[in-house]
Amino acid sequence: MTDSDILVEVRDLKVHFPIKRGVIFDRTVGHVKAVDGVDLRIPRGKTYGLVGESGCGKSTLGRALLQLTPPTHGEVAFDGVELTTLPAGKLRSMRRRMQMIFQDPMSSLDPRQNVESILTEGLQTHGIGANRDERRKIISETLDKVGLPRWALSRYPHEFSGGQRQRIGIARALVLGPELIVADEPVSALDVSIQAQVVNLLDELQDSLGLTYLVIAHDLAVVRHISDTVGVMYLGALVEEAPSDRLYTEPLHPYTRALMSAVPVPDPDVEDRRERILLAGDLPSPANPPSGCRFHTRCPWAQPTRCADERPALREIGGSRVACHFAEQIASGELRPHKVEVQIVRPEDEGEAPGVVSAPSEPGSYV
Amino acid sequence: MTITTGKKEKIDRLAELAARDDERGVSLWQEAFRRLRRNPAAIIGAVILVLFVLVAVVGPFFVPYGPTDAIGIRDGVVKSGQGIIPGSSGEHWLGYDHQGRDVFSRMIVGARQTLLVGVVSTLIGLAIGALIGGVAGAAAGLGGRWGRAIDTALMRVIDMMLALPSLLLAVSIAALLGASLVTVMIAVGVVSVPVFARLLRGSMISQSHSDYVLAATSLGVKKSKIAITHVVPNSLAPVIVQATLTLATAIIEAAALSFLGLGNPDTAVPEWGVMLADAQPYLGIRPALAIYPAVAIIITALGFTLLGEAMREALDPKLRK
Repeated sequence: MTDSDILVEVRDLKVHFPIKRGVIFDRTVGHVKAVDGVDLRIPRGKTYGLVGESGCGKSTLGRALLQLTPPTHGEVAFDGVELTTLPAGKLRSMRRRMQMIFQDPMSSLDPRQNVESILTEGLQTHGIGANRDERRKIISETLDKVGLPRWALSRYPHEFSGGQRQRIGIARALVLGPELIVADEPVSALDVSIQAQVVNLLDELQDSLGLTYLVIAHDLAVVRHISDTVGVMYLGALVEEAPSDRLYTEPLHPYTRALMSAVPVPDPDVEDRRERILLAGDLPSPANPPSGCRFHTRCPWAQPTRCADERPALREIGGSRVACHFAEQIASGELRPHKVEVQIVRPEDEGEAPGVVSAPSEPGSYV
Repeated sequence: MTITTGKKEKIDRLAELAARDDERGVSLWQEAFRRLRRNPAAIIGAVILVLFVLVAVVGPFFVPYGPTDAIGIRDGVVKSGQGIIPGSSGEHWLGYDHQGRDVFSRMIVGARQTLLVGVVSTLIGLAIGALIGGVAGAAAGLGGRWGRAIDTALMRVIDMMLALPSLLLAVSIAALLGASLVTVMIAVGVVSVPVFARLLRGSMISQSHSDYVLAATSLGVKKSKIAITHVVPNSLAPVIVQATLTLATAIIEAAALSFLGLGNPDTAVPEWGVMLADAQPYLGIRPALAIYPAVAIIITALGFTLLGEAMREALDPKLRK
């Protein structure tokens, strides 16, 4: 892959939010490391899917990529232009080329604007379309693309259904003719039947307009359907990145294996017999992440000392990039999973550890 | 039942027609107004207010007697020194007061004064409060070292005003500026400044964290423009509701100031609060002299409160179906 094919390149991106305490004067007592060192590249015209459980920093990564949340550290190159150091005015004009679709279409649309005003705002900001008629033409074309009727123009967001609202959100992003669209959980607020429509719409738009997507989701099936490459995030960092089919058939990182084993199989025979990996404990606090490999506190394959001491870097195995010291041994079956003791990881001086720890349910206890 | 193609087409045409009739979207305000019309409390409040405003504006032109004419003393009917103050009669519907003036005429002319004080002082409070709150909210929303500093400084001033009991603050201002009609309006207005300021600021800050502000940022809209076109309009609803509710308290506070002798010194102009204060020595002889203005104040305040509460319900996005 040549460099000109890469639309977005993220290098060692970190977003740390300060935790402030104090009555009169705020003092910073720590940082929530929402994103802690992420490298990724998105080729032009492709879809990069980002999955991970809630709180792993995937939404923050998407916003930091668009400079909606200022990154603490690292670089984001968009079509060769470094965004993190771009002056505010230049960044604003760059925004025409990169847009965002939000999770909740109701809260992401100003309830006081009708659809025409929502769609015109971006056009006016970037001086697209010389006059009202020309802008109307662009807007009508965009409405056609996202499958909204013309009469929608004079209506307000609360008069639409959830799926239609999401189409308005997509139209708002699309009307500027962007190259990159960051879709943050674009369908998770919608009914399942509507989800398919919106996912297909995104797919069609990509084909006809050559868009590049970063799709953030926690629904593994949606991500698999739409993505070319999938990155799995855990506690602010990528643990595995692979072409989507490979990731689903051959997960290498223990966390990915656990995630994939949670996806039900629509065949009852297979579903009954397949191996399920239940992770012990909760996601550790991103304010005080575990040392070494972030996942070692919950990993059924964790090996003494190395996993706790050394943070694994992403390395290429086959077509995948995996951040695990023992990925090959796990894949070959040389290492067997073991039982994991629950560790309570909490930020320093944030209350006492509870006296009784409720044990995680044993595998199969729900059946 | 089968539907023939012809019928189907007809139905489709009808449906299309209906859709076209309703072509203009219904904005938030329109919908809130629709909901308001269905709320009985709102209607009662609105009726009270319309009557009040009608009486206040038109009433003084039709009063049977001059509000300052001491008719009762002139005719020798009223002898307040001996405790003789006649009550209602066919000619004087609400009787005389202690100076022999017609109470009914005074009540009507007093309505105008009460409305004037309520509206003007609320507008004073709204204007200053919204200005301070808007600047603080915008500064806090824009963030940065200076934004936070401006916000903190303004809010500490507001906190100081809030720390004083409102009536004490009003009395202090009225005493400081000397009793006059304008003083009453300023005093009552200033008291409501902190409420408006805090309300608008809080509302703006919560709006500036909303997704549609983020969406506008990602469109490339300037922060200052976002504040004016998105944040402020969406933050105004609670402020307008509060203004309606404040009108009620403003009327009561103005009456309280008059009662304490800090009201309008021009006795030619009757005012409900002054009438209440004047009636005090004669409570034993004719309690009605105090009851009339008190009931009038209560009903007016109730009208504003009912309408304000109903508006809050109508504008609350959480209650929207």
